[in-house]
Amino acid sequence: MSALTLQQALRAAHFDLMEQDSRVFVMGEDVGVLGGAFGITAGLLQRFGPERVRDAPISEAAIIGAAIGAALVGMRPICEMQFVDFLFVALDQLLHQAALAHYASGGANTLPLVIRANYGVGPGSGPQDSGTLYGALLQFPGLTIVIPSSPSDAANLLAQAVRDPNPVLFLEPRELYPTTDLVPDLPALPMTRARVLRQGDHLTCVAAGGMVRKALAAAERVAAEKILVEVIDLRCVMPLDESTIITSAAQTGRVLVLDEAPRGGGLAAEVLALVAETATARAARVLLRRLTGAPTPIGYAPHLAAAAVPDARAIEAAMRELAHEPRA
Amino acid sequence: MTPVDPASNCPLREQGRSDIDLLARMLLIRRFDERLIALHQQKLVPGHTSPYVGQEAIAVGVAAELCNGDVVASHHRPTGHALAAGLEPARLLAELMGREGGHCRGRAGKHQVSSLEHGFLGANGVVGGGIPIAAGAALGLKMRGTDRIAVAYFGDGATNTGAFHEALNLAAVWSLPVVFVCENNGYAFSTRQQDHQRICDIAERAAAYGMPGQVADGNDIDAVRAAVRPAIARARAGKGPTLLDLKTHRWYGQYDADDSLAYRTQAEIESYKAHCPIETLRVRLAGRAELSAEAFVSLGREIEGIIARAVEWALASPVSSASEGDAHVYAASDVR
Repeated sequence: MSALTLQQALRAAHFDLMEQDSRVFVMGEDVGVLGGAFGITAGLLQRFGPERVRDAPISEAAIIGAAIGAALVGMRPICEMQFVDFLFVALDQLLHQAALAHYASGGANTLPLVIRANYGVGPGSGPQDSGTLYGALLQFPGLTIVIPSSPSDAANLLAQAVRDPNPVLFLEPRELYPTTDLVPDLPALPMTRARVLRQGDHLTCVAAGGMVRKALAAAERVAAEKILVEVIDLRCVMPLDESTIITSAAQTGRVLVLDEAPRGGGLAAEVLALVAETATARAARVLLRRLTGAPTPIGYAPHLAAAAVPDARAIEAAMRELAHEPRA
Repeated sequence: MTPVDPASNCPLREQGRSDIDLLARMLLIRRFDERLIALHQQKLVPGHTSPYVGQEAIAVGVAAELCNGDVVASHHRPTGHALAAGLEPARLLAELMGREGGHCRGRAGKHQVSSLEHGFLGANGVVGGGIPIAAGAALGLKMRGTDRIAVAYFGDGATNTGAFHEALNLAAVWSLPVVFVCENNGYAFSTRQQDHQRICDIAERAAAYGMPGQVADGNDIDAVRAAVRPAIARARAGKGPTLLDLKTHRWYGQYDADDSLAYRTQAEIESYKAHCPIETLRVRLAGRAELSAEAFVSLGREIEGIIARAVEWALASPVSSASEGDAHVYAASDVR
């Protein structure tokens, strides 16, 4: 178990990865002299120099395009988007150039690149810098989207993402940067596998990123009422680890998906649809619920931002309600 | 059956670069595209084709100045760049026909065909999309400690995209070994250059990024080579990028079935033919007594033979298999 915060663990992982592999380099806005707007790349410039730690112009499309080109000739770039919202300036490079590269070459080309970005609400970031935008990116086969929920797992996932020969979008829950591990001694797991973080018989709670900690906390509290919640940390939201979700769903018969992104057409909808259409889950008549962000933009004022995402009380209430609902 | 046709599968950069070789390669591109149009009309090529006809001096002239290990990023009219890079005509044709024998097994087609073994980073279905990728390849080649360089091809229309601006600025700031080659044919699909930007010479934009810009006649292969040679030398010497503005003409429409008379006149199209890059070089060689009329006819026959064998090979290649389902969506990996 690491005593590091998420921010510290990610920073340490960068040092390790760049030490281990001379092909790995970092580029992005303010990643060098400043050390990253959130300090993840602090000190890398001093250790590895300006060739491998590159402050880029504010040009998201050029940064991702440059990563693609560099990867095609044998490098292993990690690029940082200052906020995931800025990634959307460069979607052509991410979705049409990077995500399609392996398939469209008939399997000949590989693209080992990592794009890191933080996401999520607050503090006071306002509607354009608070997006939880992975839901909009689930329709692009070839793209891998990883979301860590703890410092230890984040370090492992980043190492795996760098080693993987596919483009990986590595999304960091900004609210978790100052937090430390909640669950000790997690065993190693493949990058695209979900993890059962807490076992329980009564309902399955599926979450990713910052919602995982909230799910664990809520599960602990409702356990006092003899409601035993199985908490699944998705870790990788694209592609989904279908078997872990379905196995748990069939066992508990109740699935609650937590998603801080706005309701509609996103991750929660996809997880529920996956369970709903699977024969084993259908046979078990699994009850399905989602608790999502409000279908609104994220307001600037703190109370508006807080109201836009599910809070602890809402999660506990949803768990109780679903656990007590009769199954046919 | 092997697609290798000794007469045509060699990149110019490895082959002799005599003027006759370059003429032959331009003629190969011309005949390839003409046959492609015919095959499309016979419904053997899906979608549509984007003929490179009229612009051959650029792809061949630039390729003649490159070295093994250099890379190029193409656009949505890739046949000229691909054949100049040495992609085998048979396999390229198979790719454009959606067959397993294609360089990308029929998954890419004309908008994304690539072949890294030929230094061909890929065509692009998004205007401007390949420009940052060429800059990135230049970055990677530089970081690996090589003196290899990258070339980005794009049209005049692409110079109004954000990707163009971002990539040129980044390449200049980082002194990347890349040459930006604008094939300025005067039209962004149907929109005349004078209606899509307020400058005539795109090379002027180089000043905004702090790099050299140069205008040259893109229909004259000697002028193309003379313009690209110092740009490549500058890139290889680590002095950074250059923007070339090569004026040329697109004889066909944006795609083969495009009725380009909606935006240009027949007289204008006919006027292009007075600047045919192939005829320009042929006349020059004939004037220097380096190419007889008989030799040119013989060259044409040789190329017809290459094309005929390529068509035969491509037609014999099986259509792309759908049974693989999601194979190659993700590359195999030991961390998954």
